[in-house]
Amino acid sequence: MQIYGVALLAGCFLLGKLLGSWLGNLMGIDGDVGGVGFAMLLLMLSSLYLRKKKWLLPESERGIWFWSSIYIPVVVAMAATQNVKAAFSGGWVAVVAGLGVTILSLFLVPLVAKIGKRSPKEPSEE
Amino acid sequence: MEILERLLVKNGLIFAFLVVGVIMLISFWISRHLTFRKIPGVAIAIVIGLGLAFLGEEKGIADLPFMAGMAFLGGSMLRDFSIVATAMGADLANIRKAGLAGIVALFAGVTVAFFAGLAIAFGMGYTDAVSLTTIGAGACTYIVGPVTGAALGAGSDVIAISIAAGVVKSISLTILTPLIAKKIGLDNPQAAVVFGGLLGTTSGVVAGLAATDSKLVPYGALTATFYTGLGCLLCPSLFFIIVRLIF
Repeated sequence: MQIYGVALLAGCFLLGKLLGSWLGNLMGIDGDVGGVGFAMLLLMLSSLYLRKKKWLLPESERGIWFWSSIYIPVVVAMAATQNVKAAFSGGWVAVVAGLGVTILSLFLVPLVAKIGKRSPKEPSEE
Repeated sequence: MEILERLLVKNGLIFAFLVVGVIMLISFWISRHLTFRKIPGVAIAIVIGLGLAFLGEEKGIADLPFMAGMAFLGGSMLRDFSIVATAMGADLANIRKAGLAGIVALFAGVTVAFFAGLAIAFGMGYTDAVSLTTIGAGACTYIVGPVTGAALGAGSDVIAISIAAGVVKSISLTILTPLIAKKIGLDNPQAAVVFGGLLGTTSGVVAGLAATDSKLVPYGALTATFYTGLGCLLCPSLFFIIVRLIF
């Protein structure tokens, strides 16, 4: 049944969020740190294990795939509920800082992505 | 008319499904027939979404009573739930391979965003350590900014600027990512892990990757989810101490 998959997803989600909240608490922050990340790792590991044990059937997996396919509509709804007016009401400092930092960070992606990657063209730095 | 509005208010989430479905339909039609698939349908849908947000105030289009369901559909609970579900399509081996680069990206991302944002604020006339730190923190994400500002006792106008800077980052990332993806090599899981760690603002990272290549979303989301926490940890403490030494 699909609900088994959804329940597995919900369990991983809540456990991940709990771990994230604990980590946040440990760091002295009111909020969760990496909750989604922990939940994703839990889901990957548990589904791998359960599939091997034949406890997670394709039928149940479909419940997870449904939610995975719903995130694009969710992102569109999220875009429609952003405080876009605030983005401009902060004046030029906010626009320049936000845009400048975004562009700068984007151009760092290829540099940092080289770490740990051994391409035949470039010998690794270590 | 009144009956219709009451019906839509009462069934907000269901109406939101219909609204988003129609937006997707229109976007994919535009993508296929007007741009000949050059601009992905998802990217068009997100831009339409952002445009609709201008109809409202703080909560975008959800400020209209019959559109309130959009805030629930696009809110953090369903967003995080569906993003976690995308992990089913991710390969653990790819994540392990990108692990070190992802951690470096997280620290580099927070540090670069903070100090670049601070430098821009300084260049535009801010000189006190508290304001500079708050705006620099806002350049990380729109959550790090107000958290830092509140911790340091910054004025509400500066906190508003820091939130605005974070929102500008998230929105410009959404629009720029699909345009620039090829140029920065954002076409594989490892680059997506690094991208999530460097940019960090979850809404912008997820929306930007969705508009670029939806297969990359889980990898970017995985690292981005640690960014705001790291920013909230570093900005009001270590970074503020460094800023106070200089100013």
